[in-house]
Amino acid sequence: MAHVEGQQHPIGIYFWIWGLLFVLSAGSYMVDYLNFQGYLRWSLILVFMFLKAGFIVAIFMHMRWERLALACAILIPTGALLVLIGLMSFEGDYVNATRGMFFSTESAAPVGQLVDHVVGHR
Amino acid sequence: MANEAVADTGRSIAMVEGLPGIVADWSSDQRAFKRVPWHKAMMWIFLLSDTFIFTCFLTSYMTVRMSTTVPWPNPSEVFALTIAGHHIPLILIAIMTFILISSSGTMAMAVRFGYQQNKRMTAFLLVITALFGASFVGMQAFEWTKLIEEGVRPWGNPMGAPQFGAAFFMITGFHGFHVTVGVIFLIITAVKVMRGSFDIGRPGFMTGRKGNYEFVETMGLYWHFVDLVWVFIFAFFYLW
Repeated sequence: MAHVEGQQHPIGIYFWIWGLLFVLSAGSYMVDYLNFQGYLRWSLILVFMFLKAGFIVAIFMHMRWERLALACAILIPTGALLVLIGLMSFEGDYVNATRGMFFSTESAAPVGQLVDHVVGHR
Repeated sequence: MANEAVADTGRSIAMVEGLPGIVADWSSDQRAFKRVPWHKAMMWIFLLSDTFIFTCFLTSYMTVRMSTTVPWPNPSEVFALTIAGHHIPLILIAIMTFILISSSGTMAMAVRFGYQQNKRMTAFLLVITALFGASFVGMQAFEWTKLIEEGVRPWGNPMGAPQFGAAFFMITGFHGFHVTVGVIFLIITAVKVMRGSFDIGRPGFMTGRKGNYEFVETMGLYWHFVDLVWVFIFAFFYLW
């Protein structure tokens, strides 16, 4: 069994992607450093995140050159996680709303202080 | 032997009874993932299951952060450091991010030199990758120490919502554990490369299978995944 089935690609592409990941990471750090807020912040974070993740999976993990059967077996179940995220965001909103309804007489700060007090450090 | 069973699919196979029959039946299936060695396909399946675990952590973090009525601590401030008199937000996390990306780059090169059977370069790059990984874990230990000294606990903290500590220690702790395991296996792989185990097909200590340079790529998949998870943790926990 001397044959090798692995992925062999020119070294240049790794250097390019490496550099690109540095630039994208610097970009996402600048989002915080320049203190962008609101939808601009969130959309920039997501764009940089998905670009970085995509390049890592496609090039560094060689998914781009694998057969579609493997890519689908791995990526489609991952996509199903969006359902979980969607459901839990509804749940989070709902719990937040009920807390707003039932705990509304208490202001936000004392809850954290109460926990600190009970636990006994600070 | 084992290799024959993988390669031969089209012919009829004699039925084996009893316990050996279970093994024979499960291992007689046709090979679904062409052009990848079995250990690489299995690594992908493992990484898929790991993706589900990390998504569960990040989703629970999202849920507690959305549902709490107490203000969430500002990560930009919590993870700021004062270096040489300058107050720089999130700087340690940024350095950790660049270190992990660099380690991914050296890992990708190690895979490439492995397929060229260049032992010295492969082992050298694997060791560099392991050193990057170890320094990442070291910085994480520093970060944990700093936060624990500031009174952050899994059940509360002085800055705001008590769930902050639980999410922080759970998510970064589980990721740091992955990095630590990766560093250990990077060193094991580097030793195997250096002593020529992949050239002569020496059986591995865990599986007993014959080693070859495809193992370096499978190791690389795991390491890139650790970097991949950090991309999501960095975006959702530290930047959001």
